[in-house]
Amino acid sequence: MDEKIGVFICTGYGIAEALDIDALCNVATGEFSVPFCKAVESCEGSGLEAIQDDITKEGLTKVVIAGISPRRYVDGLFPDNVIVEKVGLREHVVWCLPPNDEDTQMMAEDYLRMYITKVQKMHHVEPFQPEQTVDKGILVVGGGIAGMTAALEAAKTGYEVRLVEKADKLGGWLAKQHKSIPTKPPYRDLEDTGIETLMAEVEANPRIHVYTSAITSEIVGAPGLFDVTLVSSGNGKPAGELEGQFRVGAIIQATGWKPKEPRDSLPYGKLENVIRNVELEEMVKEHGRITRPSDGKEVKSIAFIQCGGSKEKEHHSYCSSICCLTSLKQALYLREHDDKSKAYIFYEFMRTPGKYEDFYRRAQEDQGIFLTRGEVAEVTPGNDGRLSIVAQNTMIGKQIQVDVDLVVLAAGMVPNAADGEAIRVLEDAKRTVAEGDSEAKKQEAAETVETLKQHEGSEILNLNYRQGPDLPSLEYGFPDSHFICFPYESRRTGIYPTGATRQPMDGKASREDAGGAALKAIQCVEMTSRGEAVHPRAGDRSYPDFFLQRCTKCKRCTEECPFGVLNEDEQGTPLLQATRCRRCGVCLGACPERIVSFKDYSVEIVGSMIKAVDVPDEFEEKPRILVLACENDAFPALDLVGQHRLQVNAYIRVIPLRCLGSINTVWVTDAMSTGFDGVILLGCKYGDDYQCHFIKGSELAATREKNVREKLEQMAMDLERVELHEIQISDYEKLPKIFEDFAELIEEIGMNPFKGM
Amino acid sequence: MTVEAKPILVIGGGIAGMTAAVEAAEVGYPVILVEKEAFLGGRVMRTHRYFPKMCPPTCGFEINARRIRQNPKITVHTLATVEEILGKAGEFKALVKIKPRYVTGDPPLDGSVAEQLSSERPDALNLGVGTVKALYYPHEMAYPPLHVLDREALSDADAVTLTEVCPSGSIDLDMREEEILVDVGAVIVATGWRPYDANKLDNLGFGQFENVITNVMMERLAAGSGPTGGEILRPSDGKPANNVAFVQCAGSRDENHLPYCSAVCCTATLKQARYVREKYEDSKVTVFYIDIRTIGRLEKFYYDMLDDTNVSFFKGKVAEISEDPDSKDLMLAVEDTIAGEKPGLKFDMVVLATGVVPNTADDKIPFDLTYDEYGFLDGATGIEGVYAAGCATHPCDVSRATKEATAAALKAIQCLNGGGESNG
Repeated sequence: MDEKIGVFICTGYGIAEALDIDALCNVATGEFSVPFCKAVESCEGSGLEAIQDDITKEGLTKVVIAGISPRRYVDGLFPDNVIVEKVGLREHVVWCLPPNDEDTQMMAEDYLRMYITKVQKMHHVEPFQPEQTVDKGILVVGGGIAGMTAALEAAKTGYEVRLVEKADKLGGWLAKQHKSIPTKPPYRDLEDTGIETLMAEVEANPRIHVYTSAITSEIVGAPGLFDVTLVSSGNGKPAGELEGQFRVGAIIQATGWKPKEPRDSLPYGKLENVIRNVELEEMVKEHGRITRPSDGKEVKSIAFIQCGGSKEKEHHSYCSSICCLTSLKQALYLREHDDKSKAYIFYEFMRTPGKYEDFYRRAQEDQGIFLTRGEVAEVTPGNDGRLSIVAQNTMIGKQIQVDVDLVVLAAGMVPNAADGEAIRVLEDAKRTVAEGDSEAKKQEAAETVETLKQHEGSEILNLNYRQGPDLPSLEYGFPDSHFICFPYESRRTGIYPTGATRQPMDGKASREDAGGAALKAIQCVEMTSRGEAVHPRAGDRSYPDFFLQRCTKCKRCTEECPFGVLNEDEQGTPLLQATRCRRCGVCLGACPERIVSFKDYSVEIVGSMIKAVDVPDEFEEKPRILVLACENDAFPALDLVGQHRLQVNAYIRVIPLRCLGSINTVWVTDAMSTGFDGVILLGCKYGDDYQCHFIKGSELAATREKNVREKLEQMAMDLERVELHEIQISDYEKLPKIFEDFAELIEEIGMNPFKGM
Repeated sequence: MTVEAKPILVIGGGIAGMTAAVEAAEVGYPVILVEKEAFLGGRVMRTHRYFPKMCPPTCGFEINARRIRQNPKITVHTLATVEEILGKAGEFKALVKIKPRYVTGDPPLDGSVAEQLSSERPDALNLGVGTVKALYYPHEMAYPPLHVLDREALSDADAVTLTEVCPSGSIDLDMREEEILVDVGAVIVATGWRPYDANKLDNLGFGQFENVITNVMMERLAAGSGPTGGEILRPSDGKPANNVAFVQCAGSRDENHLPYCSAVCCTATLKQARYVREKYEDSKVTVFYIDIRTIGRLEKFYYDMLDDTNVSFFKGKVAEISEDPDSKDLMLAVEDTIAGEKPGLKFDMVVLATGVVPNTADDKIPFDLTYDEYGFLDGATGIEGVYAAGCATHPCDVSRATKEATAAALKAIQCLNGGGESNG
């Protein structure tokens, strides 16, 4: 295809008042011999429409619009086959530098050079279409309330669902419950669990194929192309027998929770009449009444001990969120059965959020429910099989003691989830122990095996992923999302955890959560079938190419990809599973051989942009500072710098990156050999509260910074010539000072000695 | 998938509404997003940081704005309200009223003309504290990125100035209110919340004592884009607030005010305690609470704060706040404090953790929906084809609101394709 490049330079917005437009046009038509260059008044509204008309009329295939920031285009839709790059002359030049100044003009001209070069190097993106048709079916693992709801919601939307449950029937914990906490106004009355209706609906739905007594023994592939193997879980049949093989497009993990073992200071398992809330629930469900395990005598009084297995700081420092409500509910079981009975609830904080407060109020109104804030110091056997409870730090400031028939521990929830990453590290360490090439390495690996051995055999999904067989875990083993705004963002594309395996939640919240997970799974198969990326680069149709002939099998890309996109063959060659890709470009930064590229984002494209800058020689005393900025946080922050008319150093040249983790160290070599005097890297926050939407991009950027310094060292350059800063959008005010300080530093250490060579 | 599906109408452009819109549109369905303010984002745009990560809401907003910007399936109407809904699931008609912005966006307007005006209006972003020019940019991250003109606040002289200095066509002082009738297949109500009116808490001195503020105001004080540029200053004298009391359940869990728990205030207070502690090194924070409700993984946020000896927690309901008329310091009378513990009761500033009131408590959706006694819509609104999410349904944090919005998007999609057609 013959390419025709067009450049539009906007004169509105005060741009013509601050810059020499003719000189800018000369850069395009003179230096770059661009066949079409036009000064336009606006690049919004009718101005933008005029540009679009020119693109069609002139048959332009690659276009640079120099005007407002790319973030300010509200409806700039261009034909798919036209590459359009936008340069923010207004925000990044005119608004933050003095008008009609030589340096201001130089910056504008450089940006034009960089972006014309960029479009010259960019290729037209063709969406990824796998050789086989994308399957839009959904696999739901786990047949409790969340799994059944997710299956039903997806099926109601028109998608085929495979629902797998390891027990011999559906239902999970919901089926073991006698009643539910209230889910609707007036939030005072216990409700039927609704399990029969839900199960009947699931079983009657022709789009849901239910597999009970089955587990996933292997899942191979990627979104749109997951090949699933099911085997018998061993309920009634020999374990491991083949139960089914099929393809799905996306996966919902709804594997639920298990009760926490109560803390050691409570005599669970030592005294017969001390039980957990789950056991009380099953007892009531099965027998309709509450009796003492020791002698089967009707229970007249119960002491509920909250946070029985949850909250104690060293023991388990998250709150299981439903135990307060469960104890209130179970107190009502007792009270509704016998109005002379007594229920004592010992708690630290009563947690009945939102409208559940009405349910709490109902319990407070009940004369037989005694709500006591305090810590249970001891539970000891009393007379006649009864138990004696001593609580301290109560509201009245002294110890209190009660005797009861039964003690119920509000045990917390532990997710039924495996930590895929930990399993992978364990497996790798085991291999090193067996085959390692040095004793020191073997020793180190043996220690790793010891620390991680509890993960042995914990696999649930059994994904065939280089980075481990399950979703990676966050705190406390929940495979939750790290993102407040994006609660379904798991770290494996197309696999969405939901319900209590994602975080502790009640039944009503599980149902909602499952509906959302079903949408995300459906969205994933739809976007995958269109060749588009899912969140956060939603809609991006580019994908990475690997020029494998030059691959040295160093495995950096397979290890560093935040989403586990790459598998390996036996020699360690990366095997691309393109539909897992989120298009962050971390692989670009990982590869020392520079064999990874996107059609519109590559080592060559960014390198060429760097080299396109016209660097003045050292006698002009105009240093140049390259700024590589994360497009999600730092780059928008630069817009805000302009918007607030903060002045910046005129020597910076900024290139936005998909993620700072995609930095390839060769860009720094490029910058130095072009004559740049230093490089500033702007990424987002890393550490426990990381803000990188590609999970570990900013963390990798720190590793890259080290590599960059090594590179500088090799070039006999000062290591201070590169700096990494963590920048949030709201930190925009810090940017001018960062640039200024760095420019001063450059002045101190002197110009790049390679300048002009 | 149905190719020519009718759009989904999303009422409310806060975090829940934006999420519902992008999630549905990315599956492939058209969406009409209607927001009554001049910009998207609602309450989160007035929030300084999210708990527990202490990250700026603008970060997620940036991504959502990009998803909206690039998706031709989403139509955004700001300054717009839904006046009437007729019909039934799959075939609703909605009447959308769009207030004039007076700024056309074409040709673009140079915002610096606002500096030439003398007319001002209260700063809505900062909850009415301070003023902005009558022609203003609603928020530094505003989407759509357009100025807005408060015609009523504009003096005649300024109207003349605008006509003279603005490029022809960029401002239309005669712009009329517009009404459009849209055919939609389903409706998602995400109308959000407002803080409980602290003036009704007459024992707590709000409106009477300058240094008694609300938690929503605290978000603005802490924000760089707020009225104090991020300094947490006492309104009475502009001195840093070094000794701050937080009064929990200011209205919530109180049968005379809001009988329910507002669910977010405990963690929000802990977050705001961190604003104060991180801003001023020797500052002290005291939290008066009934129960600390940091549920799930948020518990760690509370536990971590216990390590800070400058933060104290006292179980007790604040009965009354009074003011030292000279220093404008505040004195707290506290009931039910655990025996033996007596907090220092004099503070520089008091923050009332005011609760969450659904906007639908007063402004009902113009359709026959079922509300609970507090004005919340339950997820099921009583009408097929109409779904609700976020704080319109119950008090909840951002994470919960977005997941409900995602679930509501799926219900709406089901309604569009009737659930009959196979996609698998």
